[in-house]
Amino acid sequence: MENNKVLETIGLTKYFYDPVKFKVLSAIDLSIDHGEFVSIVGKSGCGKSTLLYLLSTMDTDYEGQIFIHNELVTGKADKVLAQIRNENIGFVFQFHYLLIEYNVLRNVMLPGLKLAKYSEQELEHRALEHLKTLGMEDQALKMPNQLSGGQKQRVAIARALINDPLIIMGDEPTGNLDKKNSNLVFDIFKELTLEKKQTLLIVTHDTDFANKTNRIITMEDGRIIS
Amino acid sequence: MNFKLILNIALHLLKARLKQTIVAAIGVTFSIAMFIALVSFMNGLNDLLDGLMLNRTPHVRLYNDIKPSEHQPITLTEAYKNSTNFIRSIKPKDIGKSIYNSKAIIAYLKKDPRIIDVAPKITTPVFFNSGTIEISGVINGIDVLSEEKIFKVSEYIIEGKVTNLLQNNSIILGKGLADKMMLTVGDIIKITSPSGNLSSLKIVGISQMGIAEVDDVLSYTSLDTAQKLLGEPTNYITDIQIQLHDKTIAPELSKEFREKFNLDTIDYKTANAQFETGSSVRTIISYAVGVVLLIVAGFGIYNILNMMIYEKMDSIAILKATGFSGNDVRWIFISLSLIIGFVGGIFGLLFGFIFSSIIDVIPFKTTSLPTITTYPIYYDGIYYVIGIIFALFTTTIAGYFPASKASRIDPVEIIRGK
Ligand SMILES: Nc1ncnc2c1ncn2[C@@H]1O[C@H](COP(=O)(O)OP(=O)(O)OP(=O)(O)O)[C@@H](O)[C@H]1O
Ligand SMILES: [Mg+2]
Repeated sequence: MENNKVLETIGLTKYFYDPVKFKVLSAIDLSIDHGEFVSIVGKSGCGKSTLLYLLSTMDTDYEGQIFIHNELVTGKADKVLAQIRNENIGFVFQFHYLLIEYNVLRNVMLPGLKLAKYSEQELEHRALEHLKTLGMEDQALKMPNQLSGGQKQRVAIARALINDPLIIMGDEPTGNLDKKNSNLVFDIFKELTLEKKQTLLIVTHDTDFANKTNRIITMEDGRIIS
Repeated sequence: MNFKLILNIALHLLKARLKQTIVAAIGVTFSIAMFIALVSFMNGLNDLLDGLMLNRTPHVRLYNDIKPSEHQPITLTEAYKNSTNFIRSIKPKDIGKSIYNSKAIIAYLKKDPRIIDVAPKITTPVFFNSGTIEISGVINGIDVLSEEKIFKVSEYIIEGKVTNLLQNNSIILGKGLADKMMLTVGDIIKITSPSGNLSSLKIVGISQMGIAEVDDVLSYTSLDTAQKLLGEPTNYITDIQIQLHDKTIAPELSKEFREKFNLDTIDYKTANAQFETGSSVRTIISYAVGVVLLIVAGFGIYNILNMMIYEKMDSIAILKATGFSGNDVRWIFISLSLIIGFVGGIFGLLFGFIFSSIIDVIPFKTTSLPTITTYPIYYDGIYYVIGIIFALFTTTIAGYFPASKASRIDPVEIIRGK
């Protein structure tokens, strides 16, 4: 079966048991093609983040199946999933999660060092390239605490890009940013889809942001309604 | 697994918490240093006491004990050979303390390649006459040169020289005896042997073992003098003392000679069983203290790692989100602990050596050990090997539990929490 699917779910269902059994996601069927720029919107508490964590392979407690690049990842071992995340998925969260012990450049390089596909020099070069496209090359040797919020978020994006992932997932990556920075991040994402055919899946509350994407998935009470 | 990267991350985490890391490492350093110093000191002490004991006890001693005959007449009669015979009221038989055919035995032993030297000896109780009173004591008639070679008698001679005994009719008195009878070197002392012979000997030296009971009764003469004193021929010897190359085979040799020469034998271990106990107790104490200190240091590391993990939850979460497996995270924290253990341990070895060297030069004088001027230290590389293994082992254990906790951290929970 040769197709263009980067991500596919079949009957994805998740429960929370604490304090009472509660169905957060019910039978989600979703498919994302290569090069799509998809946003997920919906009321607070409808299960967007939960869905994203399942798709990211970090949360493995669910029913149904997840395919990444047509390969079933459900039920794989922790080590294999870590490898899949490292190679295929880039993350940008609302909070930047940069390691304060490392400078910007090292932070960006870290997933690449883990993957060890390129040599350290090559990685450094690639990291600088990504920082350059994000307008951050002159900040490469700063420590994360010396950066502004928007700058940190751009570093996080560069980090998500370092291994050329199949898909970049974001959970309200612009949530902490003002309008100007938020637009900047959107422009970066847009450019990635246009120039690098990068697939993006972004959870957002920002309707302006969502309206500018290729496809909007709307959720309500653990279901996809459109 | 990419150990270079993992080590790099561990080092950066440590750098960010340098102060606590140093405190943790100092804990390890301190315990290893204490362990090394203690174990070196205790073994130095063991060595010294062993020496003290071996300076007085031959590895194997051959002698005639007073005991009942092993073969009673009834066992020799054919008629009762296969019966179980009960004999009551057996009296010990004194076959004489003299070792029969001693010259031949000594000549034979001297050829044995396992034996360094053989020293014949005569031990006899005597009375020292001082004016009207008689003081009981013991005379050791020794082969001066062999005795000196095996037991370093000269170390205990505080006045005169042991070789003075080579002169005829000379004696070296124990200090206690000399003091009691108010005699000094050059004086003449009258001695009565068990059989009543009276002789006069010239005092050529004073000895001091440092043990009052010994110094109050013991004196040395040469073999000849002792034989003359007792009115015995020149082959009269009561003890044959044997020094071995390898003292650990003493018990076996003791048995072998007992059977071969039909004499009573005793090895140094049996003769000094209580010393062995003391030695092992000291060794146990030093290891116990070392282990206890290390456990304390281990708890320190455990605490610091736990704290670090709480502080670094975010970092752990993002490491996991970007593709580090639980195992990678575990190794990061174990390496962290190992770095602390290794660095702390190496400094511990260094300080242990320094402490040992300091103890080694602290003056320590005791009359019983005239050759000892400082506290004893026994240097042995094996303690250092054990020390560093201890350090690495404890820190690995201390690090393992926090590291496993870190490896189980669910990144989703952390990321959700923000
Ligand atoms: N660990 C948990 N245990 C129990 N219930 C949870 C847990 N985490 C989330 N929930 C519940 O699951 C539901 C979905 O949460 P989720 O975080 O996915 O919402 P969301 O769509 O991302 O909301 P928001 O837009 O506010 O971020 C919520 O009702 C929430 O209360
Ligand atoms: Mg959310």
